Amino acid sequence: MTWTLIILLAVGAYAFKVTGLIILGGRSLPPVFERCLGLIPAAIITALVMKDTFTVGQDLTLDARALGIAVAVIAAWKRAPLIVVIVLGTAVTALVRQL
Amino acid sequence: MTPWWRDPTLRPAIVACLTLSAAVGVFGVSFGVGSVAAGSTVLQTCALSLLVFTGASQFSAVSVIGAGGSIGSALGGALLLAARNGVYGLAMSRRLDGSLGRKFLAAQLTIDETTAMAVAQPTRRAQQVAFWVTGVALYACWNLGTLIGALAGSAIDPKTFGLDVAFPAGFVAMVWPLFSDQRARLAALVGGAVCLLTVPFTPIGVPILLSVLGVLVGLQRPANAPNSEVIQ
Repeated sequence: MTWTLIILLAVGAYAFKVTGLIILGGRSLPPVFERCLGLIPAAIITALVMKDTFTVGQDLTLDARALGIAVAVIAAWKRAPLIVVIVLGTAVTALVRQL
Repeated sequence: MTPWWRDPTLRPAIVACLTLSAAVGVFGVSFGVGSVAAGSTVLQTCALSLLVFTGASQFSAVSVIGAGGSIGSALGGALLLAARNGVYGLAMSRRLDGSLGRKFLAAQLTIDETTAMAVAQPTRRAQQVAFWVTGVALYACWNLGTLIGALAGSAIDPKTFGLDVAFPAGFVAMVWPLFSDQRARLAALVGGAVCLLTVPFTPIGVPILLSVLGVLVGLQRPANAPNSEVIQ
């Protein structure tokens, strides 16, 4: 992590908030634009799960993390609270590493 | 008029806002742990929560940098995730009163949780109370949680406890409710596949940016869930 990134991200994130709340105010955006923004988290967050589970650098790998995340997915599917999903995922990964 | 904290009609909403904030504080602990596990210092981790204050973007930036990605790719993915706060701002600007200075403060607090709690309330007064109570309580809990997690995370070896999985497990919990919309499922499927297919051939962090191609595919489908539209 670098301070340059922290400052740029802080400024950029605040700029989006101010743009919506103060600069654009009560106006509305074209519906297709709002739909795009609504779908971004599903695409990017899923990609982050794939990256953090199945890759090391630029290599695709299959290791203890895959089992941990599989259990996390089952927990989320069963509507377990956020903290339970995280604890199960990390605990299973740690256990598999001990084997 | 009864002050808001003594108004019995507002009490259930205030309790809900505080409960949500406490839960998000626990999530803040996992951000703190994961961030130091990915190589950030305690000070940098706390600065992210204090200054950026939008969870998904913070997680994304730390995850990409921790894997060895460039500043540009980390920033790109994080800002794409931060863009939706602009839409929340549009929704909140119709509901918040006050001076310009107060609105600049409100802007920093305009995120998923504060917007969701506010728009769920029946009256304009309740919407404003819900926004500010959630915003202030959540800001405090998120940052306190981050500090606790960062301190705890730097005291132990993260991999022994599987803490490198804290981020993706948290992401799973974050993204799951979105899958009630079939467009979001399709966007996720394509986004995840594009990421894995491009990892070996592109610089670290770039696959996260390319995953937004999933949005273009998801858009082709009609919505099928009543709450899938962006909050108006």
